[in-house]
Amino acid sequence: MTEQHTGEPAAKRPRSRGRKPRRPVSVVGVLGELLITAGVIVLLFLGWQLWFNDIISENQQSNQASGLAQSWALPSAAATATPAPSKTAKPHTEPSTAKPVVGKAPGNAEKFGVLMVPRWGKDWERPIAEGIGVADVLNTIGVGHYPGTQMPGAVGNFAIAAHRLAYGHGFRDVNKLRVGDHIYVETKDGWYSYVFRSLEYVLPTGVGVIDPVPQEPGVKPKDRLITLTTCNPFYSTAERMVAYGVFDGWYPRADGPPTEIASAVAARSS
Amino acid sequence: MYASLWRVLPGPVWVRIIILFVLLVAVLFALVTWVFPWVDLIITPQDVTVKN
Repeated sequence: MTEQHTGEPAAKRPRSRGRKPRRPVSVVGVLGELLITAGVIVLLFLGWQLWFNDIISENQQSNQASGLAQSWALPSAAATATPAPSKTAKPHTEPSTAKPVVGKAPGNAEKFGVLMVPRWGKDWERPIAEGIGVADVLNTIGVGHYPGTQMPGAVGNFAIAAHRLAYGHGFRDVNKLRVGDHIYVETKDGWYSYVFRSLEYVLPTGVGVIDPVPQEPGVKPKDRLITLTTCNPFYSTAERMVAYGVFDGWYPRADGPPTEIASAVAARSS
Repeated sequence: MYASLWRVLPGPVWVRIIILFVLLVAVLFALVTWVFPWVDLIITPQDVTVKN
């Protein structure tokens, strides 16, 4: 401000009419502008991470899931779906009495399943891929399967992980699961139904939760379990929140989906 | 800094505003497409898995 008073204002005024007199570029001025810019960029980043990119990831993952599931739809069911959608893929209330078909673990970052949890939304679904890499699976596909743990329906533990926050926040509402809630895993073979049983909180090193019998290393499994891991608390990775579910039946693709998710499955093709 | 940018830009005021707008969109696009994902991988702890 001081430089404006040092010149001869009366003499200069006519020449600079209509234009403000140029202020010399000062170091402090440039620094201030840079700092303001940096602040704006930080705010933009937060908006991108927690809102913009989250919504985009959520949509992409949801679309990937329904696209993947539609690629498994039986051709006969798809053909008859147009004339009479209500008759196709009759929802079976009773699971199959046969032993569940267990698929083979695919290659890293390869999608092999779709997770459906009615508690998190009637048509909530996410693709499941092999591996727990951050950039290739968790950020882009959503849900990752711990390599080496069992596949859906197998005796042992089908262990999966997803983000709690940002990047589609797959497992944001893990703590909202209630005993009796179903966790469905769809593969090309059919639907595997698990019932939520309990939550556990462990440190990031608590690898016992993905053992075939959780927290009992070396014990031979008899039950078919599912384990969901995500970070806890919100905005932190200090702990892991773990949800366990127990297998309660399997629905071969030819028989149609379980009643609870039948409408969500039917809605995909329309 | 921004004042100098304004002076360097050619044309009347409305042309400069359009140029600035295009520049702003380009900068935002670059941030969202390349810079933010890269920064995010570095600074945000994203571990949701259990491991030793």
